[in-house]
Amino acid sequence: MDISFVIEKFILVAIIFGISLVIAMYSTYAERKVAAFLQDRLGPDRAGPFGMLQPLADGLKMFMKEEIVPTNSNKMLFMVGPGLAMLTACIGTAVIPWGSDITIGDRVIALQVTDINVGLLYIFGVVSLGVYGVMIGGWASNNKYSLLSAIRAASQNISYEVSMGLSIIALLMVTNTMSLKEIVEQQHGWHWNVLYQPLGFLLFIICSFAETNRAPFDLPECETELIGGYHTEYSSMKLGFYLFAEYINMFVSATVMATLYFGGYNYPGMDWVLLHTGPVIGPLIGTAVLFAKIFAFIFFFMWVRWTIPRFRYDQLMHLGWKTLIPLAIANIVITGLVIAIVEKF
Amino acid sequence: MGTSVFYLVAFLSIFFSLMVIFAKNPVHSVLYLIVTFFTFTVHYILLNAQFLAVVNFIVYMGAIMVLFLFVLMLLNLNTDNEPLKSVLVKVVGIIGGCCLVVTLIGSLKATAASDPLILVNPNLGLVKNLGKELFGPFMLPFELSSILLLTAMVGAVLLTKKEKV
Repeated sequence: MDISFVIEKFILVAIIFGISLVIAMYSTYAERKVAAFLQDRLGPDRAGPFGMLQPLADGLKMFMKEEIVPTNSNKMLFMVGPGLAMLTACIGTAVIPWGSDITIGDRVIALQVTDINVGLLYIFGVVSLGVYGVMIGGWASNNKYSLLSAIRAASQNISYEVSMGLSIIALLMVTNTMSLKEIVEQQHGWHWNVLYQPLGFLLFIICSFAETNRAPFDLPECETELIGGYHTEYSSMKLGFYLFAEYINMFVSATVMATLYFGGYNYPGMDWVLLHTGPVIGPLIGTAVLFAKIFAFIFFFMWVRWTIPRFRYDQLMHLGWKTLIPLAIANIVITGLVIAIVEKF
Repeated sequence: MGTSVFYLVAFLSIFFSLMVIFAKNPVHSVLYLIVTFFTFTVHYILLNAQFLAVVNFIVYMGAIMVLFLFVLMLLNLNTDNEPLKSVLVKVVGIIGGCCLVVTLIGSLKATAASDPLILVNPNLGLVKNLGKELFGPFMLPFELSSILLLTAMVGAVLLTKKEKV
């Protein structure tokens, strides 16, 4: 392992980390602007041109606020909660392929931190850990509302993980690999997995909404019933971390959906572009295409938030266990049958 | 390098599993248990068993421990409402524990020291190879254990079902 390899990976990790934070920061701005657009308002427009500096002002406010730790809380775990939420949100991007390999001179640079053989399962594992930050924070606050919210979050995540896993199984049957790099390479040009797995994609996107606690599944943060949610007792940047982690989660799940189902950095006519732009610019255009897809998904997340009202808790469980899981199993069976028939003839 | 990493992780595993027992707060115990499972995941990675590592990560850390934590938080156990154990129960517990330790040490002494384990195929733990092994030579045990899990699942659903009057 030579030193330049290590440096290269460090730079890549730093860039990805920076990009996730900036995107999460501007997602808060985008959310307000999208909400304003959908409700025929203007949205934030005071700080800077078009209100572009609003996220910075919000961040500064969060840092300057007084930090309050409730007297009867579990101090240690109260601190750990937001940190854990941020950690689990950020480590998911490690296995995402951000673009095809860049060749500078005779050096090939992979735009992916690590291509592990079980990349898809790694993402799934990180998603399932995401609930710990919420649970620990909610419990440590020693507040009944926070606890209720934490328990809601946990049961919601566990329920929707099942159908998410089942929809991934159907995808695996099509791709025959769990390495995200190979999955993306298979979708070269326009052979996107969403064409082969439309139902699987629908299930996956519904489960992503539930896993990221976004509307219409934002029951853990249902203000009318729970005051605030699992972060009722939090103030200052600890609250900021929880809100931030949610936006990073949204970015990560948008990335995963673009990678798994919408071809990642592939786009129709990419061979022609690659031939005419060379080995450095070509892959970077692919990366730009990937980010365009990610932003489209993030917009979709926000669009849904201001369109569909929140579910009731029993409706949520009903949808998860009695609709999505049978559909996911049916999807697996149908995929298996089609693959068997195609192989036979 | 590999050996020293192993000893470090093994030390952490034992340390955190002891913390599970010594922690007074049950929620802390569960959190230490989660860390212990994480060190097991690292052990699997050291053995190049990536699939097992990530499944351990998902199933134990991501699902089972969430349920444990869930139940403990709902019960909200603490020292105030914990039933007091009588002296007799404590004495019986100590004697029982000592007997178990003696038996374990005795049976460990009786076994010969095993030869150092050498993996025949170091890539066995990768998904494809593991799948081929599971659905090839080990087909029957694999399917039997899945039936066992299914039985447990049906049983659990049956227990929660309210009887129709």
